Amino acid sequence: MNIEQILFYAFSTVLVMAASAVITVRNPVHAALFLVLTFFTCAAIWLMLEAEFLAIVLVLVYVGAVMVLFLFVVMMLDINVEPMREGFIRYLPVGVFVAVVMLVEMAFVVGPQMFGLDKVADPLPRAGDYSNTEALGEILYTVYAYPFEIAATILLIAIVAAITLTMRRRPDSKYQNPAEQVRVRAEDRVRVVKMNAENK
Amino acid sequence: MIALSDYLILGAVLFCISLAGIFLNRKNIIIILMSIELMLLAVNINFVAFSHYLQDSAGQIFVFFILTVAAAEAAIGLAILIVLFRDKRTINVSNLDSLKG
Repeated sequence: MNIEQILFYAFSTVLVMAASAVITVRNPVHAALFLVLTFFTCAAIWLMLEAEFLAIVLVLVYVGAVMVLFLFVVMMLDINVEPMREGFIRYLPVGVFVAVVMLVEMAFVVGPQMFGLDKVADPLPRAGDYSNTEALGEILYTVYAYPFEIAATILLIAIVAAITLTMRRRPDSKYQNPAEQVRVRAEDRVRVVKMNAENK
Repeated sequence: MIALSDYLILGAVLFCISLAGIFLNRKNIIIILMSIELMLLAVNINFVAFSHYLQDSAGQIFVFFILTVAAAEAAIGLAILIVLFRDKRTINVSNLDSLKG
């Protein structure tokens, strides 16, 4: 067994165990932390597949942003975990059964007899001066420029949707209305009174 | 030498684990959201593996878009979750029956 295989099987084991922990642990905070471990290990596996840019993006965007968002929400909501665990044991047999059946079916389709080394050869490693980021950028901004802009629009819509969903109107809080402030005229505020000097 | 099928089976295992997660935690909407993230990750592993073995960058571009959409989905899903919690003081799926469907 060479070093590549040892790394692959080590990372795969950690990945599968962390993913199993995500769905079985009691505490949602622990589940989120195990999900972080899953994403991190997956990034390592992507590095072995020479997808360096995506591996870094996975760590930065997923571990750095999405999982922090999950943790924020889990900690912000005051959740009673116990009633949510009910049905765990009841659905355990059917859940495991469906998962195992699907796994066996998928193994028939994507197993070594279809995609083994003799069917799809392992490509030669890239040259030292090959840049994954550059290669992705070259086709992302040319061939896939239109989908790229759609992705940007989706993110914008997601921002607007998330903010409008969670924003609360608070009628009792005091705040300035900038529009009214800008629209104000001098004569609304200052009244010049002309009068003669009075004799004592 | 690691074959393409090893990566594909790893993706399949991850997908099945997350599928079982949706079955087991059907009361807990947060874990369901996390399972959906895991499913997308399993699909992404397949895309990256095919992209590497077929030496075609298009697969990695696709993963890029999946990550974008998944991030947007997570943000909106969690926002809905917060609104729900504010409204009902619970996120237990079995209590979300106001539509009586």
